[in-house]
Amino acid sequence: MGRLRVSIVGASGYTGGELLRLLLFHPHVEVAQAISNSYAGEFIHSQHPNLRKRTQLQFASRDAIKECDALFLAMPHGETQKQIEHWAKFAPKIVDLSADFRLRDTALYERWYGEKHAAPHWLPKFVYGLPELRREEMKTANYISGVGCNATASNLALLPLVKADLLHPIKPVVVDIKTGSSESGATVNPGSHHPEKSHSVRSYAPTGHRHTAEVIQELGLHDVHLSMTAVDLVRGVLATAHAFLKPGVTEKDLWRAYRAAYGNEPFVRIVKDRGGIHRAPDPKILAGSNFADVGFELEPESGRCVALAAIDNLMKGASGSAVQAMNIMCGFEETAGLEFPGLHPL
Amino acid sequence: MMTTCPECEGALALADDVQTGEIVVCGDCGVDLEVIDLAPLALALAPQEAEDWGE
Repeated sequence: MGRLRVSIVGASGYTGGELLRLLLFHPHVEVAQAISNSYAGEFIHSQHPNLRKRTQLQFASRDAIKECDALFLAMPHGETQKQIEHWAKFAPKIVDLSADFRLRDTALYERWYGEKHAAPHWLPKFVYGLPELRREEMKTANYISGVGCNATASNLALLPLVKADLLHPIKPVVVDIKTGSSESGATVNPGSHHPEKSHSVRSYAPTGHRHTAEVIQELGLHDVHLSMTAVDLVRGVLATAHAFLKPGVTEKDLWRAYRAAYGNEPFVRIVKDRGGIHRAPDPKILAGSNFADVGFELEPESGRCVALAAIDNLMKGASGSAVQAMNIMCGFEETAGLEFPGLHPL
Repeated sequence: MMTTCPECEGALALADDVQTGEIVVCGDCGVDLEVIDLAPLALALAPQEAEDWGE
């Protein structure tokens, strides 16, 4: 079997760069084109310096797109839904990293994104690309949506509690999320100016973050609330979910629930250690890796469970997850090209 | 021989020649466990030194 020919649209951004880093060394893939109108004709390493001397590929313009086996779309929010008919002509399989096709319900989309969807008839064609929830659907899909990084951390922290039906039926779930600056993409803004951003702890969406919609959709929770804080990291998300459990749930019940959900998952690790300095998930050690580390702790007196999940937002929260989705969709081993365990120390 | 951690119920592989009084560590939850009996095999939480971890 020949290698799968894949192209990336929006290849000059951070998620595009991560896709290139992963796909250039993927055992079953050949990168055909890296599309970027802004940098057409320039070498890949002009925008992704870590790839210097690893590829002589140059960015191509959108007009130069050729047919391929699979297409990754890594464009800014709102672009894909306007252009999906165009891009779908060039590949039978698509993974879209934007938020455009994550939500199945147009009303939910309008509520959280404040606008009408430009291609609502395409929404049912996409499968939400979180393997831990939708692996079987992904196997037969032709179109997979990427996942929101903050939603992924929230969903992975809470999924075992939902699956095991441990959540208190009437109490809310609150997820406090710390994020790194690469979440906001490669385009600069006044808030990313170094003197303003450096060393800041910026509460930028205490309520109303759009990724909440993906938690509502995927976990079926309705009384769930996300609060976002940007911290002094480049990569990384840490979700700290506060969830009240049904009376009588014990730590052992939680161990069983997390093991049942993740015991066989190739990229989710339970981190809950009684000793040492790495007792709980920490995004620092996940930089560049597709792993998600999850943990939990129960406050028996109140029934509050603090459920934690750490990821690299550009990996398990975006490009790594997208490659995992391609692997599943194309019948490759799920871990192909994604084995890097991260760095320590960093 | 295989057993389970009394703290987290994780699978625990012990050496065949494990001795009473030996301290083993659970690979899942990191707790120290003392082998308190061999017939039948019994493990109990071993006292762990309190650490000033974190802030």
